[in-house]
Amino acid sequence: MAKSQEQLQQTRSATSLIYDPKFRSYAFQILLLIGLVAFGWWIFNNTVTNLQAQNKTTGFDFLGNTSGFNIGFTLMEYDRSSTYFDVFKVGILNTLLVSVIGIVLATVLGFIIGVARLSSNWIIARLATVYIEVFRNIPLLLQLFFWYFAVLKTMPSVKNSIEFVTGSVYLNNRGLYVPDPQPNDSFVWVQLAIVAVIIGGYFLNRWSVRRFEQTGQRFPFVPAFIGMLVVIPAIVWMVTGAQIALDYPVLERFNFAGGIQIPPEFVALLFGLVIYTAAFIAETVRAGILAVSDGQTEAAQSLGLKNSDRLNLVIIPQAMRVIIPPLTSQYLNLTKNSSLAVAIGYPDIVNVFMGTALNQSGKAVEVIFMTMMVYLTLSLLTSVVMNIYNARIALTER
Amino acid sequence: MKKQLVTIALGAVLGLSASAAFADTLADVQAKGYLQCGVSPSTPGFAAPDANNEWAGLDVDFCRAMAAAIFDDPKAVRFTPLTSKERFTALSSGEIDVLSRTTTWTMSRDTNLGIDFAGTMFYDGQGFMVRKDLGVASATELSGAAICIEAGTTTELNAADYFSSTGMEYNAVVFEDQDEVVKAYDDGRCDVFTTDSSALAAERLSLANPDENMILPEIISKEPLGPSVRQGDDLWFNITRWVYFALLESEELGISQANVDDMLGSDNPGVRRVLGVEGDFGTAIGLSTDWAYKIIKHVGNYNDIYERHVGASTPVGIARAGSVNDLWTRGGLMYAPPIR
Repeated sequence: MAKSQEQLQQTRSATSLIYDPKFRSYAFQILLLIGLVAFGWWIFNNTVTNLQAQNKTTGFDFLGNTSGFNIGFTLMEYDRSSTYFDVFKVGILNTLLVSVIGIVLATVLGFIIGVARLSSNWIIARLATVYIEVFRNIPLLLQLFFWYFAVLKTMPSVKNSIEFVTGSVYLNNRGLYVPDPQPNDSFVWVQLAIVAVIIGGYFLNRWSVRRFEQTGQRFPFVPAFIGMLVVIPAIVWMVTGAQIALDYPVLERFNFAGGIQIPPEFVALLFGLVIYTAAFIAETVRAGILAVSDGQTEAAQSLGLKNSDRLNLVIIPQAMRVIIPPLTSQYLNLTKNSSLAVAIGYPDIVNVFMGTALNQSGKAVEVIFMTMMVYLTLSLLTSVVMNIYNARIALTER
Repeated sequence: MKKQLVTIALGAVLGLSASAAFADTLADVQAKGYLQCGVSPSTPGFAAPDANNEWAGLDVDFCRAMAAAIFDDPKAVRFTPLTSKERFTALSSGEIDVLSRTTTWTMSRDTNLGIDFAGTMFYDGQGFMVRKDLGVASATELSGAAICIEAGTTTELNAADYFSSTGMEYNAVVFEDQDEVVKAYDDGRCDVFTTDSSALAAERLSLANPDENMILPEIISKEPLGPSVRQGDDLWFNITRWVYFALLESEELGISQANVDDMLGSDNPGVRRVLGVEGDFGTAIGLSTDWAYKIIKHVGNYNDIYERHVGASTPVGIARAGSVNDLWTRGGLMYAPPIR
C-alpha cells in the first residue's frame, strides 16, 4: 500500500510540466505579457518609422516655441508671443474652470431634482420626472448647440445691451459683462480673516461633535459658523479700512472694455453640462434615498428623533453610501464631456491645444498624448478624492 | 494548437514590425480604382456640392484632373470633406491620397508636417468682412472688435500678427468648422469675419442678408493655396505637380476643353508634346503618353476650371483678367515650366 502511494507520487512528478496547473497559469500569463509588450513596441516602432519616413520631427521641444495665435478667453496672461506650453496651461485652466464650477452646480441641481422627484407633491414630482427624462435622453452635443445658437439668437446686440444695474452689468450677444473688483492692499487682512474663520470653524466643529458625543448637548454649529464668517471679516474690513474699487465695463466702438466678460461660449457649455449631468445625478440621488429601507425611517421615528435628525442622522448617511460611487462616475463624465466645448468655440484644452496648437505645430502624436494625460490625471484625481470621501462615510462599526 | 497560435501571433507581430510605411501611392490608387481626395466641407467656388449634389469647385476639379490623368475618368474620385484641423492628419495617416483644400503653402507646413505642396492653384490673401452698419471703412479701425475665425488656419496666425503689429486689440472667437464661424458671425457674435478673401466673397452669399455686409479693402497676408501630398513618394509628388503644370501649360498653348480634339492635329510642337502626339512624357510619371490630353478633354485647362467655379460670371465672381491668378503672359503669376 505504502509502495503504491510512492509510485503514485513518482508518476505525478514525472508528468510533463504542461499538466502542472501552476506552471500553465504562469506560462500563459507570461506569454500574454510578451505578446502585449511586443504589440506595444510594434505600434511605437511603426509610429516612429512612419514619422521619420515622412520627414517629421518628434519630441517635445516645440512646447517652447512661440504659438503665434490669440485665445479669446484666458485665466492667465497670454498673447501671441506666448509659447505652446502656455497654450497647454490656458487649455487646462479653462477645462478646469468649467469642470469645477459644473460639478458644483450639477451636484446642487441634481440633489434638488432627485429629492423633488420623490416629493409627495404631485406637481413637483412630475416636473422633476419630465426634467430628467427630457435632458438625459437628448444627446449633450445637441443640447450645447441649442444653448449656444438658440439662446445667442435671442440676445440683443452690443448697442442694445440689456443693462441690469445702471452702468455696471450688461448682457448682450457677446456675453455678460460685470464690474471687476480690484481690492486694495489692505484687503489682504480681510482674506486672512476669512481663512482664520474657516480654520477656527473646523476646530469648533470637532469640539461640538465631541461634546455632543460625551454629554448629548448640542451646539448650533451651522448658524454659528455662518455668523462668524460674516461678522469677523466685516469687522476686520471696517477696522483696516480695506477698499474694493470696481472696474466697470465701458462701451467702446465695438464692444465693452474693462470689467469681467463672461463669454456666451462658457455660459452655454456650463448650462449644457450642468443641466445634462444633473439629470443623471438626480436619478442617482433618488436611487440612494430609495435604497434606505422604510424600516430605518420607522425605527428612527420610534426612537423619537425629530424630522431633521431622522434625515441627517439616519437616512442621508445611509443613502450617501449608495450615492457616492455612481456620483463619482458622473463627475468624471462631466469633466470628459467638457471636451465638447470645441463644438461651440469655448477655448478648452481640446479646442486650443489639441485643435489649434496641434494644427499649427504639426506635432499630432505628442499633443494628443499630452491631452490624453491631462484627462487621465483629472479623472484619477477626482476618483481619489471621491474614494477618500467614500471611505470616510462608509459604514463604521463601533 | 494553442502553442501554434501563439507562435503565429508572435511571428506576425515581429514580421509586421516595419511594414506600415507608405510606399507607392500610384500603385495603391490604381489598385483600389479611385483617388481619395480631401476637400473643404463647403466653400462655394472651391469645394461644395452643386445643384445635382455632386462635388464642384476649383479644388475639386484639381482632383478630377488627377483622376482623368490616371484613370481617364474624372469621376474616379472619392471626396473626403475635412475641417482645417483634420486635414494634415488625414493626409499623413493615408486616409486621403491628395489634399486639395484651400490650404496655404507655408514653409513650416512644407518642411515640418511631412507634406509637399505641388503648386499654387489660387493666389489668395486674407481679408475682413464686416456689417455695413458698423460704419467701418478700413481694417485699421478694427481695434477692440470681436473676430470670428476658423481653428487651425493661417488666418488665425495672420490676424494675431496683424493686430499685434498695428498695436490694436481684438477678441478671437474660434470655431472648428467654417460653417459655425459663418453662423456665429451672422448671429452677431462677432463684428468681423476673417478668412481668405476668395472664401469671404463666397461665404458672403450664404449669409442671411449678403447686401448688409461688406469686405474691407485691406489684404493682410499672402495665401498661396494649393494641393499637397505626403512627403517621401517622389513619383506621386511628380504626378501631382505635373498635372498642375499641365493645366497651366495647356492654357498658355491655347488648348482648352472645347478645342482639344482639333488641337491633336496641330503643327505646334509644344501642343503636340503636351497632347502626347509627339514624344512620351507620361511614362516617366507612371501614366500613359496622352495623360495631359485626358485632363484637358475631361476637365479642361486652368482657365476652364477657373471660369467655371470662381470667375466673374459665377456667383463667387472674382475676375481673373489682370489679377495675380492670370497667366504670366498677361501679367499674372501663373507660370509652368515647359513640358519637353
